[in-house]
Amino acid sequence: MLGSISALMKTTAARLSALYLLLFAICAVGLVFYMGSLTMRMLTGQIQDTVSEEVLSLGRAYQRGGLTTLVRVVEGRSRQPGAYLYIIADPTGRILGGNVQSLEPQVLGAEGWTERPFSYERYGEPETRTADVPTAREGPHMAMAVVVRLPNQMILLVGRDLGEPERFGNVIRRALIVAFGMMGLGALAIWFLVGRRALKRIDNISDASRRIMGGDLSGRLPVAGAGDEFDRLSQNLNEMLARIGALNEGLKQVSDNIAHDLKTPLTRLRNRAEAALARGNEPQHRAALEATIAESDQLIRTFNAILMISRLESGYSAENTAVIDLSAIVADVVELYEPAADEVGVALAADAPAGLVISGNRELIGQSLSNIVDNAIKYSAGFGEHPRVRVAAKRSGGEIVVSICDTGPGIPPEDRARATERFVRLEQSRSQPGSGLGLSLAKAVMTFHGGRLELSGENPGLCVSMIFPAGDSPAP
Amino acid sequence: MKLLVIEDDREAAEYLEKAFDEAGHLAHIAADGETGYTLASSGEYDVLVVDRMLPRRDGLSVVAALRARGNDTPVLILSALGEVDDRVTGLRAGGDDYLTKPYAFSELLARVEVLKKRGGSKDVETVYRVGDLELDRLSHSVKRAGKEIVLQPREFRLLEYLMRHAGQVVTRTMLLENVWDYHFDPQTNVIDVHISRLRSKIEKEFDTPVLHTVRGAGYMLKA
Repeated sequence: MLGSISALMKTTAARLSALYLLLFAICAVGLVFYMGSLTMRMLTGQIQDTVSEEVLSLGRAYQRGGLTTLVRVVEGRSRQPGAYLYIIADPTGRILGGNVQSLEPQVLGAEGWTERPFSYERYGEPETRTADVPTAREGPHMAMAVVVRLPNQMILLVGRDLGEPERFGNVIRRALIVAFGMMGLGALAIWFLVGRRALKRIDNISDASRRIMGGDLSGRLPVAGAGDEFDRLSQNLNEMLARIGALNEGLKQVSDNIAHDLKTPLTRLRNRAEAALARGNEPQHRAALEATIAESDQLIRTFNAILMISRLESGYSAENTAVIDLSAIVADVVELYEPAADEVGVALAADAPAGLVISGNRELIGQSLSNIVDNAIKYSAGFGEHPRVRVAAKRSGGEIVVSICDTGPGIPPEDRARATERFVRLEQSRSQPGSGLGLSLAKAVMTFHGGRLELSGENPGLCVSMIFPAGDSPAP
Repeated sequence: MKLLVIEDDREAAEYLEKAFDEAGHLAHIAADGETGYTLASSGEYDVLVVDRMLPRRDGLSVVAALRARGNDTPVLILSALGEVDDRVTGLRAGGDDYLTKPYAFSELLARVEVLKKRGGSKDVETVYRVGDLELDRLSHSVKRAGKEIVLQPREFRLLEYLMRHAGQVVTRTMLLENVWDYHFDPQTNVIDVHISRLRSKIEKEFDTPVLHTVRGAGYMLKA
């Protein structure tokens, strides 16, 4: 029982309900007591007014006919049913007349209003009293009274029974009980509404996330469709999960590709060494060793490219950036590759105005541009009648665009986004030598320079655009 | 040539010692930076080959300390770090050349031999001559057997570099570095094609070849 209560208190709903209940109770008690004391004071005031009235009327009777008239009037009024108290006593406090049998003795000692309600006992007239004064209890009653000393030292007390204010107290008590009952119901309703509906959804979310943590990465958090904060939370978390999933998938893809791209040359390397061992002559050994070295170099190149991309992506130090001349780099690379292109029948041409300067790293840009030009020549060679590669640079708005367009088979639009991913070599290019990292490296280099790499062009033909921001470049 | 190899990888050091010996050079080995610094301070070596990461004292600090004491023995820095920044840091510390591991020994040998020559003062010559081939650095003219040969600016610089290091093996990466001033791996045969163009210009109408291909290493200009 205790355990289940403490478990219940662990839910937000129960805590909220308890807190509401407490706050409402404090407010309600405060309010009821304020109202009660206000009403009490009003009622007491009324009692004092009526008692003063009665004293005045008795005073007039005393003036009219002295003590005997007063006693007669008091005796007369004492016999009438009602809430009034009358006492006539001698100076020592001995009761001579009235309707009170006994009372707290010190009451008659002081003059004026009694400071607080006092208890008294009336001469028994139970049937009339129960009719007018509905305090059904036996024993002494409570009353308030005023004590007046007559000129001949006799004492007159006029008071009023407090039965009616007590009844009012009962009303207030009942109101309090009803209020507490309603508050309890309210707290239950809050617990039910908040707990059963809203917090149930948080439980659903935490259940779903536990399942996802358990390995079901395709799982998603429930969205109720109400568009409230729970739905927004779930939607955001779902988007985050989708992003994590995509990254995870990408990582897996890359690992698979790495495994494939490294396993193939390693296998070739191993087979070649084994074959050379089996054969036994000197020139064949030599050829096999040379091929082994060439293959190892290719592997090392691949690793270097991977390391370089990682380094660029993980925040390469910008220490070696300087103001560099893009036009000169374009001219250099085209000049470097022109004879090689010519040899395979590809016309390589540059179209770059002088003075395109940016802030960047000459080596990185030179290497990326070389890789792209190298690819363009490789894929254009022998494709179409007049294979061409054109490297153009121009200022376009706030950007400088270096585009390398070839007349090769191109890349279908749907494959273009994948082409710049690490290790992705589209099926048609698997047969070509290379690490498959050229475009990924170029993309990483462009990101490092605050630019981007775009692939375009209609089939056949591919345009790779290196887009640099020209914002901070000095005017030529 | 007398070399000091400061390298803590024992196997690599022994391999280098043996390979340099086969190439006709004497190589001493120091296994840590402190020993290397002490040996190099003697000034008796033609070239120092210094690994970057060494126990007791790292390679760059050895080079910097030698330079600070006025020792200008040519230094080739070997490093597993191959980024642009690393090269720049290496050269800034006082290195004369920088080679990334793993490397072909032929590449290291070619570079070391070129570094040793740098100690001499061939740079001040204005006219290079190899056999009947003549290159005038001031007038930018090339003649063979007295006959003018017209070269493109880049071809001129290529020939100039080859002639300055005539009789020495020059690798493809050395050419890309010194003639084009880029330090990446050209991967494909771009340099070879430039060489064959140059070769056709300086050899076509003449009987004797001067620009030789050194198998597995690079090129050599030799009469």
